[in-house]
Amino acid sequence: MKENSLFNRLSKRLESLEKLPKIDETKSIPKVLEEKGFSRRDFMKWATAVTAMLALPANFTPLVAKAAEISDRLPIIWLHMAECTGCSESLLRTDAPTIDSLIFDYISLEYHETLMASAGWQAEENLEHAIEKHKGNYILMVEGGIPSGDTDFYLTIGGHGKTGEQNAKDACESAKAIFAIGTCSSFGGVQAANPNPTGAVALSKVTNRTVINVPGCPPSEKNIVGTLLHFILYGTLPALDPYNRPKWAYGLRIHDLCERRGHFDAGEFVEEFGDEGAKKGYCLYKVGCKGPYTFNNCSKNKFNQHTSWPIQAGHGCIGCSEPDFWDTMGPFEEPVADRLYNSVFGGLGADATADKIGVGLLAVTGIGIAAHAAISKFKHPKDEE
Amino acid sequence: MSTKRVIVDPITRIEGHLRIEVEVDENNVIQDAFSSATLWRGLETIVKNRDPRDAGFLMQRICGVCTFSHYRAGIEAVEDALGIVPPLNAKLTRSLMNQALFMHDHVVHFYHLHGLDWVDVVSALDADVAKASKEAFKYTKYPIATGENDLLKVKDRVKAFVDKGELGPFANAYWGHGTFKFTPEQNLIALSHYLKALEVQRTAAQLMAMFGGKQPHPQSLTVGGVTCVMDLLDPSRMGEYLTKYKEVANFIEHAYYADIKMAGGAYFKEGSVTAQAGTMNFMSHQMMELNRSEYLFDTGIILNGDLSKVYPINEDLITEEATHSWYADNEPLHPYNGKTNPNYTGLKDKMTIGPDGKEIPSKSLDDQGKYSWIKSPRYDGQVMEVGPLSCLLVSYAKGNTKVKAVVDEFLQETGLPTEALFTALGRTAARCLQAMAIIRNGMETFNTLIENLKVDQETCASYHIDKDKEYKGRFIGDVPRGMLSHWVRIKNGVIENYQAVVPSTWNAGPTDSKGQKGPYESNLIGLKVEDISKPLEIIRIIHSFDPCIACAVHVMDKKGNNLGVYKVDPIYGCSC
Repeated sequence: MKENSLFNRLSKRLESLEKLPKIDETKSIPKVLEEKGFSRRDFMKWATAVTAMLALPANFTPLVAKAAEISDRLPIIWLHMAECTGCSESLLRTDAPTIDSLIFDYISLEYHETLMASAGWQAEENLEHAIEKHKGNYILMVEGGIPSGDTDFYLTIGGHGKTGEQNAKDACESAKAIFAIGTCSSFGGVQAANPNPTGAVALSKVTNRTVINVPGCPPSEKNIVGTLLHFILYGTLPALDPYNRPKWAYGLRIHDLCERRGHFDAGEFVEEFGDEGAKKGYCLYKVGCKGPYTFNNCSKNKFNQHTSWPIQAGHGCIGCSEPDFWDTMGPFEEPVADRLYNSVFGGLGADATADKIGVGLLAVTGIGIAAHAAISKFKHPKDEE
Repeated sequence: MSTKRVIVDPITRIEGHLRIEVEVDENNVIQDAFSSATLWRGLETIVKNRDPRDAGFLMQRICGVCTFSHYRAGIEAVEDALGIVPPLNAKLTRSLMNQALFMHDHVVHFYHLHGLDWVDVVSALDADVAKASKEAFKYTKYPIATGENDLLKVKDRVKAFVDKGELGPFANAYWGHGTFKFTPEQNLIALSHYLKALEVQRTAAQLMAMFGGKQPHPQSLTVGGVTCVMDLLDPSRMGEYLTKYKEVANFIEHAYYADIKMAGGAYFKEGSVTAQAGTMNFMSHQMMELNRSEYLFDTGIILNGDLSKVYPINEDLITEEATHSWYADNEPLHPYNGKTNPNYTGLKDKMTIGPDGKEIPSKSLDDQGKYSWIKSPRYDGQVMEVGPLSCLLVSYAKGNTKVKAVVDEFLQETGLPTEALFTALGRTAARCLQAMAIIRNGMETFNTLIENLKVDQETCASYHIDKDKEYKGRFIGDVPRGMLSHWVRIKNGVIENYQAVVPSTWNAGPTDSKGQKGPYESNLIGLKVEDISKPLEIIRIIHSFDPCIACAVHVMDKKGNNLGVYKVDPIYGCSC
């Protein structure tokens, strides 16, 4: 029953969206796909995968397909704040020449400093023009933390010397939806790590509008595309966790679906990088993997068209989609329960956080995992070879 | 003589936030130029007091474009400090990842960042498809994506865009500008490659992700070695690498290299790309292990464009100053003694040329005072240009046969004189020639690794950090944007001091106390701008350096928790 009403709601949403004018009348996603040599079957296969990724039942696949088809109603403005451009680069890696990337070719990217042809005043004009023309209708995506401490002049943009903070605030005002792309705009990121010399903060701290966080350093291109599609489908906020992350992407821990999970359960651990366990793909918990404390779908979706992900490449997760992970998850190559440097910032290490969050998972899981790892080792003398 | 002020901010299609300002005379010739980074993040402050093993991960976040460079530099600076020599397998794996980075970075730079300064997208619509298809054979025996059917499709696609009047990311650019020199057919070929390169760069990124877990920001290096041992021991993985490597190499040779030759011919007389480099001093450091002992690129310094002599680098002669940078301490200091005390002094109200060519009120750089977050690094008091051009010139002058073969072949095939290298055109070509040198020799790295894995499967050296000992070490090497160095001191088991000196700091830095201009600035002076409301020439010169501004701005906290006192690492900064 519940599922039915959701289905109907989404169908209605898509119907109303379909009535909006396309940004470019000459193209449609099905047409572009056809030109690119994709069959309807390929497209539906992709839609099935996305449906599963969005945690929707299989019978919602036609709706997801339709959402992709009418994504051309969306103008997008992408702003750069204090950042390294890694999130934009991630977007450029989107599955290609497959459907994800076509969707990005195809929606109207009105402003994006790394990609756009114009520069200087002409670039600024593009931004003003896009905000004006699409007032109340554009999607705002922001990459980077926002300097806003003793001076917000750690970042200025354009011939009028506007601060990054002001630019972000202004663009937020008339946006239809706002996404913080990456850990920097979601939580402040690396520049906000202790001692945060530029007073960098999350986008949500400089606007009163609701910001959906899509963290990761960088987030996978799938999470960026999925967030867009989710918005098209629902038109409202997705189910969010306490950090405003969409649950469909950040609902499970890396540990839950990890390909090395079997080795964890069997008590088989890499004791140090390069050992026999490493060659056999054993669990990386003891060399610092933060998979048990990190909520993201990397273990399922991987990166670069499914090429790999850090744990497959033999390095533990560093927890990059968690708030303040630079301060709370380091040292990255020590297990949480066994760290040598836990008081570097006057107790502001992962252990301190675990205590603070106490209610939560972090502490409980941390203790549980450490205990499990210890017991497993005890039980399996083969680790002591 | 009255001059007019032109501001270009943001400079788009780069990494980071960059502003350029110039003064032009009544003939639109640039009389003075100022380069300013407009963002400061302070990563070197942040890395202090942390576990040295985390340095690579933090420093990697300096840049998501040259996304391997700072990671490797952070890891290897710590290895150097601790006296660790990683196993051969680890070294070669890092070299393979580095090759993938160079291939990726240079392709993306030429097509997606720099390309639209050379290619008039709108003009491509006038192309005769059959003629264009034939034209492509002039530059390579096996052209890519330039069959008549391919080109027709590209043309139709762009036509649909243009007819609609909505150019999306191509909107409001300087189409039709008088300094575009390609014929419509050449524009169409390049445009087709622009689109194809979007696909190829993803494959190049996969090459790195195979051993790095992901790209951007790979995660398989650790102090002592690499962690991707399962991938290395998996023959199917190595086969996958080989196949994709060849695919990317094929594009580099038959599209990228071909287009560079085409540009060499078409732009040979265009002043905005053939004016001599402003700084004729070039510096580069050895990089790219091919086997146990040989590197593809060499170390050295060339002064005043004189290729007959290559000087060695003395690391002690590197300094950085902040006379015109937004920091309090001005005196030139070696990076180990550098200070960074932020001192933002703001912009000045001035009338400058607006988008329609008329003067409008603006916020302009205080060029008599401080005007950038980048410091001015100097070598023995002199300005140095770093980058692929420097790398090629140093290797060429040293008689490196692998590099010489590629450079000579290019000069011969285009008929360009050696002097043509010392220009923006040469800088752009150098990036491609570097990629060519890599694809011609990179298989040696791969084969050496395969041979070695048969007898030796070590991927990590073990080590111990003694908390009672003090350590000091550094990484120096060349990365896609030029010479990079990271410098670390370790005390009580944590990082006491960290500095990164990056390529874009050398190139984009402001004027120094002696009035010597940085390479960006000096290269702009004397340039004639056709239309000051559309300063394409300025963008073209600046893009030829491949700016990476997040990399160029660094800070070091000098006194622990005292946020008021910073040390920026001038020379020892970042990598890209």
